[in-house]
Amino acid sequence: MFVFFASFLMYLVLVWSGGKIPPVEFAVAFLIATVLALSARTWIPSYRFSFLKTLNPLRWFTFLYYVFVPFGVALCKANIDVAIRVITGKIRPGIVKITPDLKSDLARMILADSITLTPGTLTVDVDDEGNFYVHWIYVQDENPSEDAIYGSFASWARRLAD
Amino acid sequence: MGILEGIVVLVFLLVGIFFNSLGVLSLYRFPDVYTRMHGATKCSTFGTLFTGFSVIVYSLFRYFSVGETRFLVLIIHTLVAMAILLVTNATGAHAIARAAHRSRIDPKFAVVDRLAEKEGRRRASL
Repeated sequence: MFVFFASFLMYLVLVWSGGKIPPVEFAVAFLIATVLALSARTWIPSYRFSFLKTLNPLRWFTFLYYVFVPFGVALCKANIDVAIRVITGKIRPGIVKITPDLKSDLARMILADSITLTPGTLTVDVDDEGNFYVHWIYVQDENPSEDAIYGSFASWARRLAD
Repeated sequence: MGILEGIVVLVFLLVGIFFNSLGVLSLYRFPDVYTRMHGATKCSTFGTLFTGFSVIVYSLFRYFSVGETRFLVLIIHTLVAMAILLVTNATGAHAIARAAHRSRIDPKFAVVDRLAEKEGRRRASL
């Protein structure tokens, strides 16, 4: 159902061009949304996504706050850091292992995406036990603490989705 | 269009172009696929975000001064593009890095490679 409504609304938003939306576009949106919702459906219960839990508005506001404040600040800092490394060529790359101890897949995804989007760190692999293998452009410590790599991202991911 | 709006849009554009060109430069300066991934995807994310911001600021000013809805449409489309860019950029970078590591491409000049250690393979070169 979530996929249906999301793609329906997204199509209308993209097709809207100022005035009224012609009725035929609603029909097209309905068709596309039905096809997408059916093809995105899964019959494996553990793969199902609980949208009632995820659609909690407080969670969404926390998520928006996370994206704009702690993550945005980290993104700016890290971008400037990598920009300097591009210019000076001072790198010390390596793949380090960290164990943030997150249970749910969604929390792991949020953390992995945050790590990858932050320059200087790149998630190469996540294994089943929840160990993250992170390519780090300037290895300060071969067995780093969580703080050194991503600051407070893990606690945010835990709060958002675990 | 006033002078202030022009300056804001210009600053955003210049920052965006600066980071995007650093992304290109990093392709030449960095030694292997992983480090190039850092430069190419990250600098272009930040750069493209800033060019997107400049489009948004420009359209906002135009929308409030002229009042044409096509600028509102432009803002919505830019926001959608930026959100999708953030998600796909991270996913793509991760997929390429993982595929590279699975095809046994060792990170060059790496001081440590825990993933290869875990998989129990010897590194071809240090």
